[in-house]
Amino acid sequence: MTNDATHPSGSPAAPAGLFSYAPAPESRAVVDIAPSYGLFVDGEFREAADGGVMTTLSPATEEKLSEVAHAGEADVDAAVRAARTAFTGWSALPGAERAKYLFRIARIIQERSRELAVLETLDNGKPIKESRDADLPLVAAHFFYYAGWADKLEHAGFGPAPRPVGVAAQVIPWNFPLLMLAWKVAPALACGNTVVLKPAETTPLSALFFADICRQAGLPRGVVNILTGDGATGAALVGHGGVDKVAFTGSTAVGKEIARTVAGTGKRLTLELGGKGANIVFDDAPLDQAVEGIVNGVFFNQGQVCCAGSRLLVQESVHDELLTALQRRLRTLRVGDPLDKNTDVGAINSAEQLARITELADSGEAEGAQRWTAPCDLPSQGYWFAPTLFLGVSQAHRVAREEIFGPVLSVLTFRTPEEAVAKANNTPYGLSAGVWTEKGSRILAVSQRLRAGVVWANTFNKFDPTSPFGGYRESGFGREGGRHGLEAYLEH
Amino acid sequence: MSTDRLNVLKTYKLYVGGKFPRSESGRVYEVTDSKGNWLANAPRSSRKDARDAVVAARKAFGGWSGATAYNRGQVLYRVAEMLEGRRDQFTAEVAAAEGLSRAKAAAQVDAAVDRWVWYAGWSDKVAQVVGGANPVAGPYFNLSTPEPTGVVAVIAPAGSSLLGLVSVVAPVIVTGNTAVVVADESAPLPALSLAEVLATSDVPGGVVNVLSGSAAELGAPLAAHQDVNAVDLAGTAGDTGLATELEVAAADNLKRVLRPAPTADWSAAPGTGRMLAFLETKTVWHPTGGLGAAGSSY
Repeated sequence: MTNDATHPSGSPAAPAGLFSYAPAPESRAVVDIAPSYGLFVDGEFREAADGGVMTTLSPATEEKLSEVAHAGEADVDAAVRAARTAFTGWSALPGAERAKYLFRIARIIQERSRELAVLETLDNGKPIKESRDADLPLVAAHFFYYAGWADKLEHAGFGPAPRPVGVAAQVIPWNFPLLMLAWKVAPALACGNTVVLKPAETTPLSALFFADICRQAGLPRGVVNILTGDGATGAALVGHGGVDKVAFTGSTAVGKEIARTVAGTGKRLTLELGGKGANIVFDDAPLDQAVEGIVNGVFFNQGQVCCAGSRLLVQESVHDELLTALQRRLRTLRVGDPLDKNTDVGAINSAEQLARITELADSGEAEGAQRWTAPCDLPSQGYWFAPTLFLGVSQAHRVAREEIFGPVLSVLTFRTPEEAVAKANNTPYGLSAGVWTEKGSRILAVSQRLRAGVVWANTFNKFDPTSPFGGYRESGFGREGGRHGLEAYLEH
Repeated sequence: MSTDRLNVLKTYKLYVGGKFPRSESGRVYEVTDSKGNWLANAPRSSRKDARDAVVAARKAFGGWSGATAYNRGQVLYRVAEMLEGRRDQFTAEVAAAEGLSRAKAAAQVDAAVDRWVWYAGWSDKVAQVVGGANPVAGPYFNLSTPEPTGVVAVIAPAGSSLLGLVSVVAPVIVTGNTAVVVADESAPLPALSLAEVLATSDVPGGVVNVLSGSAAELGAPLAAHQDVNAVDLAGTAGDTGLATELEVAAADNLKRVLRPAPTADWSAAPGTGRMLAFLETKTVWHPTGGLGAAGSSY
């Protein structure tokens, strides 16, 4: 891999040996980022009580995008109180009225989706192709879906008169900032709860823009409160005595800490945590489609996806053929400017995450796996990691056991379906898995035995608001999406 | 009277992996009726017994969760049949354990039999009630199915030695989970006798394992055990310190935790909550593809 300093950092690198692409940048002019933002509490933006601020960067360029307030305990308390006050009126509203607010939000998101997509790409580093074609459509769809539930809850299978839980504390990650907000906020509001949401430290902006959407929708004050901050802010929020329900998406280590904090308090808890998904390719699989699925499975969003297919389990007899095709495909990936519409792989979200990926990848080499990196030029500014494979990985290697949360795929082999299932399940996680084969009965047999909350057969990384998502074992508990997603926000 | 026959007392033992061992610790404790009269010596199970029970439950999980729902339903119904046949024995044991009149104890046994029947019928219905097809916005077949979460440690409720026990065990196993049950410490005999019913009801060994002893002593290693997937803390109602301690321990491998209800009326209609607490939802996607030429009017 070369790091060509003369290559303009603004355009995607030309894949080796192929024709190059002219830059096709999406315009930044569509989004107007203010120099600073406050906390959104009780329907108004306000500074942190102690005046704390933090900076948010563009990970692709390391330029400062804005300054946001850093919420402390006093702010958490004020937000929880505002949500509690708002709960009385919001929960008493007829479901049909709550539904209309959520439909309004869904529509405004659709109207502002280009602006929000560019914002998300700037703050997160993900390719505009993904924020525009995956994140934002799913965000709007999620609100539209749960809007429709708000006046139908008595038909949802949680008793004849299900009631909301109360004030929900919601802490979300940086990998899909606005989508994770939608997964948390939409079902909570539909069920009549009010929320205090803390976006991730490195990606606070789209949540703050969402606060503005709540304003445009005329949402009553205090129903949605947004606190920007760091891990300490999140800990104060989930530990606050005025909270009835905690929902967290993030790392398994933090999830366990939250479960300990919540123990004995009676607060309801759902956790959507890490994963080490196995993508199983049988010898009769359509290999070209499988290659696309593998690439989508682990390089979508730079692999910063909890349900990434980060372990490739390939049947021995097609290993060489599949790897040749996979490497050929990876050579064509365009890594670079996330705002460029041709970019396939954008920036890693933060220096900290880049360091984690780098450390784990180095351990793969040190432990004896064979490293292969897609040939590509990386921009000189920002946080970048080229798409990487590890071949000859054993189950004992750290790259086979630990969640890397980056564009790194570990390749293992198997001979029999039994061995594939045993290896796939040989992890404390249980979030996702993939199965590639043309044999229908094998898909069903293998899917049934995989201990994972979502199984993609002959596809990967598909999401839909109607489809429940969540893990087995140490990938957490509870489901988000679909009728199942209502359960976390209803007393029953 | 001198012509009275001296009756044969039962040695109460644990039920682990389909066998009836004594506690490996060799310990027993005195179980009395509500008036303080000696009833039996029950095994005081140890941490090692708890771990052995988890091993047995894990071993049984594959077969039991892989059995057809119809089969599991028939096995639970068979438990009801066997329990009905031992109605007199359990009436006497429940009366002694809970200090109830014979009539009231019999009503508890009847309700326990009926509860097995009720849950038996759920085995092949719960998937239709809580699973189903999801209408995703794309050309995909998408199906959600409930699956058992795995090995469940159950701290049985105090004060309802048979009906309460059945009310927490049946919903765990009907969906395919396997259980390690800690019987009510002060009234363990109906639970240990229920093991004899399970052993003669086609319930595979290891699906239900019954331990007697201290909830605090056994709860801690079970809540912390890395191969236990969930805990039902019903028996910690009234001891918030223990409930919290076990919930904290359970966080270490993110067990599903069913917290104790402050008050529980085990004679009330149970609802589906206890089954759903120990189910995972698996969602499988597959492309639906097309039938050749675009716009086919097939």
